[in-house]
Amino acid sequence: MASLFQRRDLAFRIGTGAVASCLVLLVVAIGFELARQSSLSISKFGLSFWINDIWDPVSGEFGARPFIWGTLYSSVVALLLAGPIALGIAIFLSELCPARLRQPLTFLTELLAAIPSIVYGLWGIYVLVPIVRSFEAALPAPLKALPFFAGPAVGVGMLAAVLILAVMVIPFSASVAREVLKAVPLSQREAAYALGATKWEAIQAALFYARTGIMGAIMLGFGRALGETMAVTMVIGNNPKISLSLLAPQYTMAAVLANEFTEAADELYLDALIEVGLVLFIITLAVNVGSRLLIWNMNRPAKARKPVVAAAPVGEAA
Amino acid sequence: MKASQRLVAGLSGAALFVCAVAAQQQINGAGATFPNPIYSKWFSEYQKLKQVAINYQSIGSGGGIRQLTNQTVFFGASDGPMTNEQLQQAPGKILHLPTVLGAVVPVYNLPNFKGEIKFSGPVLADIYLGKITKWNDPAIAKLNGGTSLPSTDITVVRRSEGSGTTYIWVDYLSKVSPEFMKKVGVATSVNWPVGVGGKGNEGVAGLVQQTPGSLGYVELIYAIQNKISYGTVQNSEGEFVRASLESVTAAAGAAVKNMPKDFRVSITNAAGKGVYPISSFTWILLYENPKDKAQSKAMVDFMKWALTDGQKFAGELGYAPLPQEVVKLEMAALGTIKVQ
Repeated sequence: MASLFQRRDLAFRIGTGAVASCLVLLVVAIGFELARQSSLSISKFGLSFWINDIWDPVSGEFGARPFIWGTLYSSVVALLLAGPIALGIAIFLSELCPARLRQPLTFLTELLAAIPSIVYGLWGIYVLVPIVRSFEAALPAPLKALPFFAGPAVGVGMLAAVLILAVMVIPFSASVAREVLKAVPLSQREAAYALGATKWEAIQAALFYARTGIMGAIMLGFGRALGETMAVTMVIGNNPKISLSLLAPQYTMAAVLANEFTEAADELYLDALIEVGLVLFIITLAVNVGSRLLIWNMNRPAKARKPVVAAAPVGEAA
Repeated sequence: MKASQRLVAGLSGAALFVCAVAAQQQINGAGATFPNPIYSKWFSEYQKLKQVAINYQSIGSGGGIRQLTNQTVFFGASDGPMTNEQLQQAPGKILHLPTVLGAVVPVYNLPNFKGEIKFSGPVLADIYLGKITKWNDPAIAKLNGGTSLPSTDITVVRRSEGSGTTYIWVDYLSKVSPEFMKKVGVATSVNWPVGVGGKGNEGVAGLVQQTPGSLGYVELIYAIQNKISYGTVQNSEGEFVRASLESVTAAAGAAVKNMPKDFRVSITNAAGKGVYPISSFTWILLYENPKDKAQSKAMVDFMKWALTDGQKFAGELGYAPLPQEVVKLEMAALGTIKVQ
């Protein structure tokens, strides 16, 4: 009898293992296929594809740097905006919110995540962009002198893209961060209060305890921002020129794929577009691996000195 | 007993259904988005007449050419003619058959300006090259009889994705401006020196409507439907012509005299009186000697219908019908397609 259960256990282990390894295989296969399909572009441009600024389908010269820049710039700035707000929402919902409001507010946050990105895009074009344009036009001269706000007020451009990305990322980061905060053991807070901590200090302790999870929540948002296509395409202005200015129309990798794939009849052009996909794939992978390493690194010393660290901020405050 | 009766009834019903499907011919095609409204109309009207189902996927001209070359669809459709290189890559001889005509118009948003702005090809080219940046530029004022336009910046709006509309627009600008030809060139997507990109005709129309001081280009029908002001353009005779079904058909009529045998002709900047200069054919692409002769027969029959009776649907959808001379030439060309 026991052997039957053991055999079942083994079968179950093998079955789930096979499904899990499918996932790894899938990632490898996607990377391989992208590289294979873009061989023409890879062999012609080599590494210069990553640093060339010119994207000219007419003369057949392709470089992805403006798209790489646009993707990273828009995602990072969006994260700088969305991160604190998402964290604030998570803290309010898990620690401070009156019980009666908690359910509806949580529901509303998660509803934001369910809105299709094309709807965000349309809202962006018809509502957000005009607001952004009048905001840009009203910027005071000293600000306009900064490289971040140089150029004419067009409305569509990096700023509109960043704002729309931030709105799209917030619900993801906020709901994961809220779950993480909810999972902080009650004993942590009780211990803090027992030492005479104020509410703010108890929350600090909980935040410190949950920091890796919160980091993960923010990185999840970053991953989403990197790959977001439709809404960004509709408001970013689609101009492959690198600029620090938030007012300038720029371009992202996902947007150029969405825009140019249908009409790319020429082999090299098609291969170059697929290579943009490969670059996006590599960057997304690198960001995810990087954030894993970061979290792992944050965790390691904490585990070794757990009792001391967990008590430290409260101890200091008290 | 009852059960077996029901079974027989069910089976014969299924058999009937299979017969009905078999009787209806299926033809698959893919390509340009620009003529999609008229093609959809044609295919649904024709199905009512002849029991021929034509599936058309408007995936873009480039995609249409690719799928036709790989023979995954029976016919392709494109807003720009295939290049010699592309024709060589195809496994058989491909014919270009013009179906209707379209026009691209310069649209603008100048809130305090009443009246119609006159453009010329070189001025439009300089605006899209970033050399003319203000509405009160002397070159624009000169065309408009000294009317002073506001001193605001011109926000240049263009298509962000590859499109037949862009092809027609840059084809025209390259013909009238050597500098534009050299710096930008002709293709469905190009490396624009200036401007913001809107997605689709509706994206460009939306941006122009919202942005004071903007200038963009869209297909005629979008400008009419969205009630955006569009300017007249100076043709090669020096007349300022407003885009209309008549002035677009006139452009095709002017091209008939030197129509090449394979119909791969650009009619932008065509010579002749009353001609709107930013006009173009759109083409259906067919193999001359396809494998499936039954489909070939059905497709040729459809084309004959589309070029004659089908043309009456063009006007209401914003396309200009083909001139009679072109239809005559095409009927001859259709005769060369192998149907058995």
